[in-house]
Amino acid sequence: MNSSIPFDLQRIRSDFPTLQRQIHNGVPLIYLDSTATAQKPQSVLTAMDEYYRRSNANIHRGVHTLAEEATAAYEGARQSIAQFIGARTAREVIFVRNTTEAINLVAMTWGRTQLQTGDLVILTEMEHHSNLVPWQMLAAERGLRLEFIPVTDDGLLDLAVYQQLLEQGPKLVAFTHMSNVLGTINPAKEMIAAAHQAGALALVDGAQSVPHLPVDVRDLDADFLAFSAHKMVGPTGIGVLYGKEALLNAMPPFMGGGDMIKKVTLRTFAANTLPHKFEAGTPAIAEGIGFGAAVDYLKTVGMQAVEEHEQTIIRYALERFAEISGVTVIGPAAEHKGAVLAFTMQEAHPHDVAQLLDREGIAVRAGHHCAMPLHERFKLPATTRASFYLYNTIEEVDRLAEGVEKVKRMFA
Amino acid sequence: MDDMYREIIIERYKDPHYRGTLDPHDYTFEDENPLCGDQIRVDVRADEAGMITEAAFSGHGCAISQASADLLIESILGKNVEDVKKMTKQDILDLLGIELGPVRLKCALLSLKVVKAGLYGLGEASDALVDDDEEF
Ligand SMILES: Cc1ncc(COP(=O)(O)O)c(C=O)c1O
Repeated sequence: MNSSIPFDLQRIRSDFPTLQRQIHNGVPLIYLDSTATAQKPQSVLTAMDEYYRRSNANIHRGVHTLAEEATAAYEGARQSIAQFIGARTAREVIFVRNTTEAINLVAMTWGRTQLQTGDLVILTEMEHHSNLVPWQMLAAERGLRLEFIPVTDDGLLDLAVYQQLLEQGPKLVAFTHMSNVLGTINPAKEMIAAAHQAGALALVDGAQSVPHLPVDVRDLDADFLAFSAHKMVGPTGIGVLYGKEALLNAMPPFMGGGDMIKKVTLRTFAANTLPHKFEAGTPAIAEGIGFGAAVDYLKTVGMQAVEEHEQTIIRYALERFAEISGVTVIGPAAEHKGAVLAFTMQEAHPHDVAQLLDREGIAVRAGHHCAMPLHERFKLPATTRASFYLYNTIEEVDRLAEGVEKVKRMFA
Repeated sequence: MDDMYREIIIERYKDPHYRGTLDPHDYTFEDENPLCGDQIRVDVRADEAGMITEAAFSGHGCAISQASADLLIESILGKNVEDVKKMTKQDILDLLGIELGPVRLKCALLSLKVVKAGLYGLGEASDALVDDDEEF
């Protein structure tokens, strides 16, 4: 098995302090919850620590040494992220708090100015609540029409229905690149091309794809891409909205305040240029710097290698779980799937499964994973979800399967 | 594997003694735990003196939520409604005989919240009903 692992897994694991931890009397931690949030390597922690210890200062406008260092580190991170996703310029990289805020930003600026009563927005049945609720809120305010691409029984988007919906002249198609429950990797490039052909813009929720696959906004031709640092070995509190420069320029600002202005009088303001126009107030400076370090870490490993490693893991996990009777994995076959394994067990409730696995040192998540409509689609109140990242091993899949078998015996 | 899953909890989960609905009933209430999807309805019958003569629960959820509902129903039979209204979080923990972290505590307390909301005749169940540190 090790021969197919494209990088030095033990070295990668040694970069992550939490992965050295033991819990419950010496049981080593098996962290299978990276879809919720990833662990952080030492380099990310050091980058943030260095900022606070050496260069702590507010950014922009300052001319003293610390302010210059801090500004250089923060803007350097933006450059690094722009390059990581293939943006044309760092001006297209807007720092926000997370994926959720990025999507809300688009809904509240682009959406409010570009969408009118009766306009159609296409979403999918597999969206995270963060790519549903902002559109529901805007729909209520503006009288928009929302339609949903259905999910098939094997966890794929029904693209025939998507084609029919496109004939109704949508203004926007907003969909997740990779499902945080099914693991489904949607054919984003084709879906975006079809949206453009129908005259719509395309927003991609990249919260799961950017951490786990090579994602290039120019290759995809995405109009907007949203993602969060904390799911890609970076800190919480920072994420990115990527947008095409011309679109961002045409949008009104989001929040008003310091930094987003060029000029202010008592009654008027002129908005700043990109990216600052959308970044009012003192940002999460340390987190931005940490995000840069996270992206640098992933670049060093290589996203192709990350993807290949996770494919190896999910293929093995699917095979291993197919052997356990009474356990059902939802989602598509491995070739359409990232390393997310959501399952149900006939005998036991997902919450009990997760709790008992924790006693074995295995961290998984139970619930609806912020995708209630998707669970409703599969008529499940909840699932147990194990998710994998670059630092997980085949041996950990075995421990998981053994743990699940143990729970099953307990409830049998 | 774990003391949180004492035999009695797994037994009551797999084979509850008081699962069902009562129609008619004197009190009924239903609520859910949106985070994990646990859902419980409780129906109660009481005599003129306010003594609980029959009670049953229905719904679905994890072993902790369902077993605690079953054990709670067992413990309130024959009790006066006014006394049940005074039951606390600690009473549930004593029934279960385990310690619980903040997440699972919600599962364990759902049935008590439902019972008390029903007996008080509330429109909506408040967490204050099962918070021993709050006056209700
Ligand atoms: C597909 C998807 N979209 C959006 C989000 C929301 O991310 P955040 O909570 O960082 O805003 C998540 C996180 O769980 C996700 O998995």
